[in-house]
Amino acid sequence: MTYRKTSLRLSRRQVVRGLLATTAFGITAKLGTGCTAAESDSAASGSATGSGAENVVVGFIYVGPKDDFGYNQAHAEGAAAMGAIEGIQIIEEANVPETTAVAETMRNMIEIDGAKVLFPTSFGYFDPYILEMAEEFPDVQFFHAGGMYQDGMPDNVGSYFGYIDEAEYVAGVVAGHMSQSGKLGFVAAKPIPQVLRNINSYTLGAKSVNPDIITKVIFTGDWAMPVKEAEATNSMADQGIDVVTCHVDSPKVVMETAEKRGIYCTGYHANQASLAPKGYLTGAEWDWSSVYTQLGEQFLAGKTLMSGDIDHILRGGLADNFCKVSDYGPAVTEQAKTDADAAKAGLMSNELVIYKGPIETNAGRVVLAADKELKQQDLELEKMDYLIEGVDGSVGG
Amino acid sequence: MLVNQPWRRALETICLPIAALLVALVIFGLFCALAGANPFGVYQSIYKAAFGSWSAWQNTLIRAAPLMLTALCTALPARLGLVIIGNEGALVIGGLASVLIGLNLGTALPAPVVQIGMALGGILGGGLWIMAVGALRHYRGVNETISSLLMNYIAIAILNHLVEGPLRDPDFVTKPSSAELAETLWLGNLPATRIHLGLLYGLIACVIAYILIQRTTFGFAARTAGGNIRAARIAGLPVGKLTLAICFLGGSAAGLAGMVEVAAVQKRVNESLVSNYGYAGILVAFVSRHNPLATILVAVLLGGILASGGILHDRIIYPMPPFWFFRALCFSACSLAIPFTAGFRFFSSIGWSTSGQ
Amino acid sequence: MAAEALGWWGVPLGILAGTLRGSAPFLFVSLGECLTEKSGKINLGLEGTLLMGAMSAYGVSYLTQDIVGPGLSPWLGVVAAGFSGMVLGAIHGWLAQQPRVNDVAVGIAMIIFGSGLAFFLGKPFIQPQAPQLVTLNVGGWSSVPQIESALKLSPLFLIGLAIAPLLQWFFRSTRWGLYVRAVGDSPEAAKAMGISIFQVRMLSIMAGSFLAGIGGACLSLYYPGVWTERISSGQGLMAVALVIFAHWNPVQCLWASLLFGGAQAIGPAFQSVGIDTYYYLFNAAPYILTLLIMIITCSPKRTLIGAPGALGQED
Repeated sequence: MTYRKTSLRLSRRQVVRGLLATTAFGITAKLGTGCTAAESDSAASGSATGSGAENVVVGFIYVGPKDDFGYNQAHAEGAAAMGAIEGIQIIEEANVPETTAVAETMRNMIEIDGAKVLFPTSFGYFDPYILEMAEEFPDVQFFHAGGMYQDGMPDNVGSYFGYIDEAEYVAGVVAGHMSQSGKLGFVAAKPIPQVLRNINSYTLGAKSVNPDIITKVIFTGDWAMPVKEAEATNSMADQGIDVVTCHVDSPKVVMETAEKRGIYCTGYHANQASLAPKGYLTGAEWDWSSVYTQLGEQFLAGKTLMSGDIDHILRGGLADNFCKVSDYGPAVTEQAKTDADAAKAGLMSNELVIYKGPIETNAGRVVLAADKELKQQDLELEKMDYLIEGVDGSVGG
Repeated sequence: MLVNQPWRRALETICLPIAALLVALVIFGLFCALAGANPFGVYQSIYKAAFGSWSAWQNTLIRAAPLMLTALCTALPARLGLVIIGNEGALVIGGLASVLIGLNLGTALPAPVVQIGMALGGILGGGLWIMAVGALRHYRGVNETISSLLMNYIAIAILNHLVEGPLRDPDFVTKPSSAELAETLWLGNLPATRIHLGLLYGLIACVIAYILIQRTTFGFAARTAGGNIRAARIAGLPVGKLTLAICFLGGSAAGLAGMVEVAAVQKRVNESLVSNYGYAGILVAFVSRHNPLATILVAVLLGGILASGGILHDRIIYPMPPFWFFRALCFSACSLAIPFTAGFRFFSSIGWSTSGQ
Repeated sequence: MAAEALGWWGVPLGILAGTLRGSAPFLFVSLGECLTEKSGKINLGLEGTLLMGAMSAYGVSYLTQDIVGPGLSPWLGVVAAGFSGMVLGAIHGWLAQQPRVNDVAVGIAMIIFGSGLAFFLGKPFIQPQAPQLVTLNVGGWSSVPQIESALKLSPLFLIGLAIAPLLQWFFRSTRWGLYVRAVGDSPEAAKAMGISIFQVRMLSIMAGSFLAGIGGACLSLYYPGVWTERISSGQGLMAVALVIFAHWNPVQCLWASLLFGGAQAIGPAFQSVGIDTYYYLFNAAPYILTLLIMIITCSPKRTLIGAPGALGQED
């Protein structure tokens, strides 16, 4: 069974259902927009995109500043790559909070700028804002990073995300080798599934080379808390932890603090080797540019979510260039490199499965029996609400 | 003179924010010109995005609605000479309380009853939260500005703790949140618009607050006490009760804003409830010189500034400085204009008073 | 490299280390606020001043590193932070002394103004790495790496330690200190003495803002040592509260700042030894602590000891 397919290929959706749904949404939306948006002249033109003569306008919305050395920057760089394609025009708005403000921003992009495709990138934009706007504007495609597309949601909503935990697994392998104390540290923002999955995959990677390893997690409680992040890194160093990594909006503080304390670190979001030249081992990096470029070309070719040309759920890992592993730092030993490269090759060829039973939570609950495994594509993994055995921490606020 | 004065005040209240905005516009225009954009083209786009069409107006009004309510949290206690900046905290507690009621009652009772219950929850939650500030002020002499500020942080911590722990809906994956309110409990839109009913709540609350302060004995007593606490005590006014009552009222307005945000926008409670409506409300209150009617106007103006973010896309045409800089300028100009309101009689009633005076 | 785990001992050590690392911003801002309030005006805008200071320190340190070298450039940053704070202080001092102007309102305005300005000018400095201040390794004697690391002190912190008693002495024993106190306690008497109230207050506010700006430099050039828009978690605002329960006494400001710096470390330190629930509430510890202390120390019956008499009076 070819479970893993190239992530951008045509979906398993039934075309008929899609066509019916599109029509239905079309009608309701015409009724809907008829009484609200009086002046939306620019958006009113039909759904056929990619005529060639006119630019396809693509809107990107970010929750924070575009240059945060982290999540938003990774997306903004991807957007710039998409914008480099002839025929695609990028419009952007940063610092948009997850309130009605984002709904209004989307509306403005559609009505005033004639955007045909929107990428509201923050997790919190999805429900309810994207879902509501998608119903109102069935001609516009909405792509969301990390959202859970489910049947019954508007047809013009797509969700994409990278299995960056594959890169975390590889980083975990390196960390497991490099740790002398057998204790790793993970500074995390909030216990949401994506964060938990990264923590667990990182730990599984480390355990694959050192079964006794422990990953200590500290939740700072928010995506950007510089003092707390530094404090967390310091207290980890005090506890004898000698490799730290993080999942916060901007890893800069954690990397720099680790370097100051003379311990190793592995990066996240982007390459932070320059921040910790001695201690940076490797890291899990996003690579949105390849995804966004491919999507941009599909938009130009007139492909849409509604027609079924683009999959509603786009996922991919290392093999699909959704993410990558940073180059190894100077401290990494040959043995660690060999094992990490092997893990990377295994993940890319789909032979290595990260979530392979038996897996227990750190509270002793069996989540995966010995003969079971969850492939990366399994949506079960995207609902993760536990920390596995070997992780020292808990998910309840 | 007495007849004349309200008009003069109203005029001043209107002119002040407008003058401030003009200054911001001129400065921003200079920056635009430096960046090679035509300032007048930019101005036109700003206007278009904020007030240029019915759609833009709706955008503006949606953003103005919560500001009207949160502004009252500062404006009402100010009449008694209290500077309260706990708007954000009261909003959070109000939103939390209303969601707790909405989730627990659910569909067990008719929807309107539950909705009223949720509104009451918001009012009580926010009201008691700020009333506590008033009580600390009156009984312990704790400075109300500082304590209300600290209570913002505490409210946000409580919110985060609850949505990540006891209240968390495990099926909602994008961020730690409570479960969703039943659909019947959602606050709808005004007919034929996309503006939620919160605007109506805001308008009504401001009008009621105005009548309360200007036309009732309670308001008169509050204004008198606000002028001079010591004199009011000597005159036998129940300063303690007045303090508690007016703090409760202010907090309840912000709490109601929390309920509106939850029931009309978020449909569940999570950290998105903290989106600076409270802090913007402080600004609205000060710029409108704590006059509840002027609050409506200033909230709409500020809503327009927030809404005109749409103009950002005009970067396609104009190479101009980042739009948020314009927002920052407007906010700064408005806030720097605050002191100039002070030359007038009633603004002077807001005094910083340390304990024991 | 590998250190022995400290286990539960890590908690007090973590809090101690957090205290030494994290209290400097509180210390500078609260000393600045103390000086300001002693002259009879409140400056709530020090949060904006702090951000502006953090930004200018980082920016100047980054921009001048090639000119003066990475050893000296952070110090230029510190000076720049102080002066940028002073400029904001001058605006505040002028506005807040206009007739019937409420200084709290001006303060709120200055928070918005200062932070907006800092964010605008600070955009280019979010990414680059600026040279950091050197640290003094006081703990070289210890063989325990955790202690050694905890005792890497910032020279700014030591300067702050020295300023606190100096300020105390300034208020008690110098003529200028007397002027400040006189203006703060009874402006009428000060006027009779021939002191210019405007000038004394202006200078006090500017000097206080200078200190607060340096507090910002502690954040961006020492700990945590970055410039982002989220660098301050309300330290500038909390300093105002801190001054009140330090009873306007500079040395007590020092103790209070240490307490706050330590409280910041409580959440992470507890989590690192396995107490990992309620971390939001532990993280809110400084705020809860302040509120509790204010409730305990304040009283409606009497003026707080040390409270400047003119504080909050209209002129």
